[in-house]
Amino acid sequence: MRIKRSSWSIPYLVFLIIFVVLPLVLIAIYAFQDGQGHFTLANITRFFSDSDSLGTFALSLEVAIENTAICILLGYPAAWILANKNLNRSAVTIVLFILPMWINALMRTLATAELFNMLGITLGKGTLLYGMVYDYLPFMIYPIYNTLNKMDKSYAEAAEDLGATPFQVFTKVTVPLSMPGVTSGILMVFMPTVSTFAISEFLTNNKIKLFGTIIQENINSSMWNYGAALAFIMLIIIGISTLFQGEDESTAERGIV
Amino acid sequence: MKKLFAQVYIWILLVLLYAPLVFIAIFSFTESKVLGNWTGFSTRLYQNLFTGNMQGSSSLLDAVKNTILIALAAATVATLLGTVAAIGIHNLKGRRKNAIQFLNNIPMLNPDIITGVSIFLLFVFLGVSQGYLTVILAHITFCTPYVVLSVLPKLTQMNPNVYEAALDLGATPGQALRKVMIPMLRPGMISGFILSFTMSLDDFAVTFFTRGTIGLDTLSTYIYTDARKGGLTPELRPLMTLIFALILIFLIVINVRQARAQKLAESK
Repeated sequence: MRIKRSSWSIPYLVFLIIFVVLPLVLIAIYAFQDGQGHFTLANITRFFSDSDSLGTFALSLEVAIENTAICILLGYPAAWILANKNLNRSAVTIVLFILPMWINALMRTLATAELFNMLGITLGKGTLLYGMVYDYLPFMIYPIYNTLNKMDKSYAEAAEDLGATPFQVFTKVTVPLSMPGVTSGILMVFMPTVSTFAISEFLTNNKIKLFGTIIQENINSSMWNYGAALAFIMLIIIGISTLFQGEDESTAERGIV
Repeated sequence: MKKLFAQVYIWILLVLLYAPLVFIAIFSFTESKVLGNWTGFSTRLYQNLFTGNMQGSSSLLDAVKNTILIALAAATVATLLGTVAAIGIHNLKGRRKNAIQFLNNIPMLNPDIITGVSIFLLFVFLGVSQGYLTVILAHITFCTPYVVLSVLPKLTQMNPNVYEAALDLGATPGQALRKVMIPMLRPGMISGFILSFTMSLDDFAVTFFTRGTIGLDTLSTYIYTDARKGGLTPELRPLMTLIFALILIFLIVINVRQARAQKLAESK
């Protein structure tokens, strides 16, 4: 008897249930339990009544929004230039943008912090933002470059033939058509920024904490329930942001080198 | 004019992107303990790295070994699991197909810290003591979705009749799989493996939460602990420089070969 090929998905389904679904359910369970395993809302209310946690949360969102915005502003022109055959003829340049990502991110971040020290720049919010942009810019450039590169050039030519100025072609044709790349870039930059912990510690000399840091601190000091509650809040935000993204196939392009 | 402006813009970004790497490379040729302090040219750190003769930091070499072994194990299992899963998913239809693809997307959408914390809670819940195995399992979790996504398009591109033809010509399903299907899926499997391998090498957060307390270190967690103690192991500088040089050479070779192949194809 031949095995039906569709049954080949079963081992992975079991794996996904154990290592993806169950752990996420556990975050929710631990978030609503006290140390003795009784149901409680105390962890969640503690977050909303603790000005420190709320402040960190607000600051993380602020840094993430600023980082994402700067990455788009710097990354979009770069992706556009790289995808433009008249301005950039070699495929090597795009490789040059990806190459640094192969070096350990923590090491690059530490070196950036030391560079600032050597130049006499005090570590703080500004250096944090610089480091974030530094770490995440390639993740914005790559998806945008990909969509621009695959874009059918005849749309832009048609617009030109119909009398659009280069500026109009750019704003009315190129930008709208490249939006899937931008959305997928935002997805790859925004949430990771909120959740990083080591980078913010290194670039601010522990002066500024981001949301990821307080999750890590709670988990590491065995305050699993509060840590889980914070992770649960982050999960809710991820859920909301994916709803905005909707059924987007661009996720399939993430990270393909 | 426009072209010059574009070139300058790209080069400014590249200089900023490479500044920390060049910084590390320059200071790998001096003995000073602190990065950024030049105490004269020396190749001492390189010698230390190769002889393993470092003051109390031979654990750096263990960390490098762990990083590579974990990445190899995780990428291998992820590639096998992901390829089998992709074949299964390809043959599913409707709601079931959508459901498993939705689940497959979750680890890719989750930030590292969520993956790390959630799997940490799983092991706490199950009472599993954490170490090599738990780190590898966690890495397989975030790597496999990318293998599935690399292999699925190859399955869609494949002509199903080829596989049927092999069966009609007397191949057993096993032979048809090995001699017909796998060769056609191989490019997807390879890119899935490479992607998994590099993501595992680069991971910090997931390893951090699932490595337990047995003193298991990968390069990332080693650097993190080292930096928090104050002062990086100086030998990290030559190590990073060498890794960077190797990758650079590797990419240049690939690019030159591609360019040559292209020229050859054009001249024909």
